[in-house]
Amino acid sequence: MKHLVGIKSLNREDVERIIDDAFRFKASKGGFEQLLQGKTIISIFFESSTRTRTSFEMAAKRMGAQVINIDYNQSSLKKGETDYDTIINLSAMHPDAFVIRHYESGYPKFLTEFTNIPIINAGDGINEHPSQALLDAVTMYEVKNTLENLKVCIIGDIIHSRVAKSHMWLAKLFNWELTFFGPKTMLPKNEWVDGVRIESQLKDALSNKDFIMFLRIQLERKSGQNIPSLKEFNRFFGLKRDNLPDTFVMHPGPVNRNVEIDSWVMDHFDKNLITKQVENGVYTRMAIFKHCLL
Amino acid sequence: MRKVIRNAFVIEPSTNFEGFADISIVDDFIEIVGDVSGVSIDEEIDATGLIASPGFVDIHAHLRDPGYTHKETIETGLRAAVKGGFTTVCCMPNTNPTIDNVQTVEYIKRKAQELSICDLHPIGTITKGEKGEELSDFLSLKEAGCVAFSDDGRPVMNAEVLRKALIYVQDLNVPLSLHEEDLNISGDGVVNDGRIAFELGLKGIPNVSESSIIARDIEIAKSVGTHLHICHVSTKESIEVLKRAKMDNVNVTFEVTPHHLSLTEEEIAEYNTFAKVNPPLRSKTDVNIIHGALSSGIVDAIATDHAPHDEESKRCTMQKAAFGISGFETAFSVVNTYLVDAGVISLADAIALMTLKPAKVFGLDAGVIEEGRFANIVLLDKGSLWVVDRERFVSKGKNTPFHGKRLKGRVVKTFYRGKEVFSEGE
Repeated sequence: MKHLVGIKSLNREDVERIIDDAFRFKASKGGFEQLLQGKTIISIFFESSTRTRTSFEMAAKRMGAQVINIDYNQSSLKKGETDYDTIINLSAMHPDAFVIRHYESGYPKFLTEFTNIPIINAGDGINEHPSQALLDAVTMYEVKNTLENLKVCIIGDIIHSRVAKSHMWLAKLFNWELTFFGPKTMLPKNEWVDGVRIESQLKDALSNKDFIMFLRIQLERKSGQNIPSLKEFNRFFGLKRDNLPDTFVMHPGPVNRNVEIDSWVMDHFDKNLITKQVENGVYTRMAIFKHCLL
Repeated sequence: MRKVIRNAFVIEPSTNFEGFADISIVDDFIEIVGDVSGVSIDEEIDATGLIASPGFVDIHAHLRDPGYTHKETIETGLRAAVKGGFTTVCCMPNTNPTIDNVQTVEYIKRKAQELSICDLHPIGTITKGEKGEELSDFLSLKEAGCVAFSDDGRPVMNAEVLRKALIYVQDLNVPLSLHEEDLNISGDGVVNDGRIAFELGLKGIPNVSESSIIARDIEIAKSVGTHLHICHVSTKESIEVLKRAKMDNVNVTFEVTPHHLSLTEEEIAEYNTFAKVNPPLRSKTDVNIIHGALSSGIVDAIATDHAPHDEESKRCTMQKAAFGISGFETAFSVVNTYLVDAGVISLADAIALMTLKPAKVFGLDAGVIEEGRFANIVLLDKGSLWVVDRERFVSKGKNTPFHGKRLKGRVVKTFYRGKEVFSEGE
């Protein structure tokens, strides 16, 4: 029984085992349907999500678990019960894990103080999105056959990205050459990061990389105040047919077409790994359930 | 009724006296400081090995009463204050209702007088309801007993409102005590802007949010000439701005808090909500610059910004948690540990910053040990080590980032108007 609150609290062996398991699930034609039989997983999303929620649910169901989705809008959290009373009460019903997404950084970590039932972080504020980073790692491993010493560039709103944060911790574990790029208002200061290069030109950011990862411009998270317009963002920070490097392209989704990545690249570029990321997401989350519950 | 404090090492900032002396107290007043013999004595207190200082003066505290008595009451607040060695406290007006009316001033004063364990001076609001719009009834509030005006917890964002307030109070001899923060820059920030905030995914409050408004307000104060007091200065840049203003003889004073002179943003690692405070705990560089300001003598006061909260307000995520640290009961020990014991300033200088100097900033009759004056005295043991246990706080607010930390120096006894109002171990 283990929590998964972030990549920051994992070690190399944890990550390697999760990746191995994900590949095993992907390669096998079955044999995992009983692994979580009789187990119940409670999923609570305080923020809207389609793919992450569906991916977790599908992973759990493929392994034979029951999934209960709690609708935040109708839950007692809205009736004034404290967060920790809710988790204590739900824990008293003895579910086998919680999958939680919340708009506040540190929310899953906070809940771990009140329950021993595994808390699986499905994204917390602008802190971490560990299952996304792990499924990205699975996808990277799949095409490069290693995670060691990769050259990775992440482009977009780094400061407000939980995905970038999780990758930053992953980079430390596997000795990546990690680069951040984006409008200055979306980048951390140099002294806030060690071992991460902050690039100032798109062409430098795109050159000589194993993977280029674009982040969603999250207009719902006030990213809009940090850039003048989506049009300008696309022109100076977006991936287009005319600046396309011969490098694998990733994106945690959902993609704003013609903002982060042009439609042509989305539809025709053969090194676009975005669909593969989504596919691997289910196997990775199966491996996460195995890591936390078994 | 005459009581004598024997063999204390007296530190008296108004005369710069430092030496062994007896202090005799008759009823509420100090009778003799020096050699007490040949008189009848009703009670003797052996203060061998202890320091006798004027009772501490705090020009910045939140007592939460009226309105938020689940966090603190005037009684629990003042009991915590005297445990911390304070005999004079000024309370901020962000109560409910705010201290923008005479009835609330009278309520607070009456409560304190009934208790009679510590002087309590209300601070009135600068604007009605601390809304930053309409000026408070300054003349009525001063007449009722307010010793300063502040919208603490919030800045006066509208520069013209502040300018009008400064002009209006020009001849009152009462300072405006300002919480300096550009709310547009702070936004929904919760901790210092920097590496720790980035790594934890928390919104940052940059240094310039404080220093830019201090610079603005110094310019306004210069144009008017009224005394401006700056609360809880936390950044290097603010210190630099204030230092220049003082060299230019601007009528400005400022305070620092025990937590800003001791702790850094590192305290918030792992989302420690007890370390969430506004202004936020800053970087090591900021703390070092504050130390430099203290040792060069340009700091006018150490003030606690005692901000007690109920448990629920801190048992939550960083974003939701309330800002504030319960500060009375650790103030002296923190100052003694992080400034005196660390060699930044002398004990006499530290005592001056907690007694006479803050009293002068607000024009209070306090902070001295002098014959004929009220016997407000604190006895200190500067050498003893103890570990902070928040559960043992007298304050209702047990929210302290010093919990579990080892500090040096303790308050042993507090006398208010000759009466023992706190004794260690009771």
